Amino acid sequence: MGWKMWSLKKSIWVFHVNTGACNNCDIEIVNCLTPKYDIERFGIKLVGSPRHADALLVTGVVTRQAAPRLKEIYRQTSKPCVVFTIGACACDTGIFHNGYHVIGPVDKIIREEDPNAIIAYVPGCPPKPEAMISGVVKALSAI
Amino acid sequence: MGAVFEGKGKEMSTSMTILFWILVVPGTIVLGLIASWIVRKVSALVQWRLGPPLMQPAYDVLKLMGKEILVPQEANRTVFLLAPLVGLVGVILLTVILCSVLLAQKTFVGDVIVAIYLMVLPSLALILGGSASASPHASIGTAREMKLVMGYELPLVLAFIVVLIKTGGQLSLDSISQQAPVFSISGMLAFLVALLCVQAKLGFVPFDIAEAETELGSGILMEYSGALLGLWKLMHAVMLVALPFFLVTLFLGGYTGNYLSGTGLIVAIVLLLIFVGGRLLAGRSKFMDVLALLSFIGVCILAGLGKYVLILVLLILIKNTNPRLRIDQAMKFFWGYCTIILFAAIILASLGCYYEISWL
Ligand code: SF4
Repeated sequence: MGWKMWSLKKSIWVFHVNTGACNNCDIEIVNCLTPKYDIERFGIKLVGSPRHADALLVTGVVTRQAAPRLKEIYRQTSKPCVVFTIGACACDTGIFHNGYHVIGPVDKIIREEDPNAIIAYVPGCPPKPEAMISGVVKALSAI
Repeated sequence: MGAVFEGKGKEMSTSMTILFWILVVPGTIVLGLIASWIVRKVSALVQWRLGPPLMQPAYDVLKLMGKEILVPQEANRTVFLLAPLVGLVGVILLTVILCSVLLAQKTFVGDVIVAIYLMVLPSLALILGGSASASPHASIGTAREMKLVMGYELPLVLAFIVVLIKTGGQLSLDSISQQAPVFSISGMLAFLVALLCVQAKLGFVPFDIAEAETELGSGILMEYSGALLGLWKLMHAVMLVALPFFLVTLFLGGYTGNYLSGTGLIVAIVLLLIFVGGRLLAGRSKFMDVLALLSFIGVCILAGLGKYVLILVLLILIKNTNPRLRIDQAMKFFWGYCTIILFAAIILASLGCYYEISWL
């Protein structure tokens, strides 16, 4: 494991993308930053620009409108980066399955852009903060 | 570092001088990274969180160095790539000048002016980088930063004039640092205003208008990624050393020498052990965390850095107890209240100088 990956694991800066979530997953993500879970302990920080990010937290199904934006944001993120799909919707369209406005789950859209993207799945509707933290841990130990 | 500079006032031997010049740049970078850890840690403790580990700022910079650098298509490449270097070099030069005055008594006439100009360089580099990056967020951030610079430069220079009057008009940092103007009414006023100006220069919370995480993404730094962003982070870290040092030199009477001999050394070693133990046990109890932080501050005080720590803590407390101002409020604050206060301070200082009352 090179020093790049080692230091990446020590400090993950995340950028939060909402591609059509019902907003519940987003609230749970913000919950991770509160004193109870305090993910800054692990060096995880929420940043305001995809250029700074090491991980994209994508919530929600990808709607027709959001798909090009999601691809654009993925292109803007500096590599190496990890994509986390948070919630049942993002993992596999969930309750919006076959909706008229839905193009597909997040991983499909990202793979169209970059077939070798690293994608981690955190299911749940919405997933608990504990589930997200354990998802991050599992994804990082798999890299 | 303490033992190296024990001979205050005496000429340093050649080997010591060489050691000083070798150590000063890495030393300030390390000190800056530790200072930015202290900022994050104390903010976390204020918000009743645990906060990041000691090495976190170093991990962050290391990670950024290994990441891909993206340059926006419409950006002006040369300026975009050079701006962070200019900022970092400027602020490192400033620290070297201040350190050589504070620790080695090397000085030249007019270095105060050089220091004041070098202090503008990071903000100038930010403005250049932001405007070269062809992003609407960054240009809004740039506009705000420009206004902010114009806002705080005036009170800063006025505060500097107060210091000059109080210290008898010498233009070298060494002779200014022999006296402590803060122990007078006008000096105290000037110190408080200069502290707020430094807060604005660092982009700390009441004045983080140009970065404004919540509405501008990260404003000026929006388009920077990878190693370039790492350089900006290093610049911020070194600024956390340089600007408080500047205040210490101007207002608080410079470096006082250390107590790292005899009992002081034993106390320092005990505190360091507590610090290491606290770091190892951190994550299990908040008490150990606070203890570790306090023992670290204790070691700093024993090494003669007490005044620096005092200013750092003041900055962090202001940062954590205030909401962000709007840009017009900040301008009104600096050009209105601060300038009026400083004119009063200048009049007081001149009166004190004329009638030889040292406490005015
Ligand atoms: S997974 Fe559930 S909570 Fe999350 S966006 Fe979809 S419907 Fe909402």
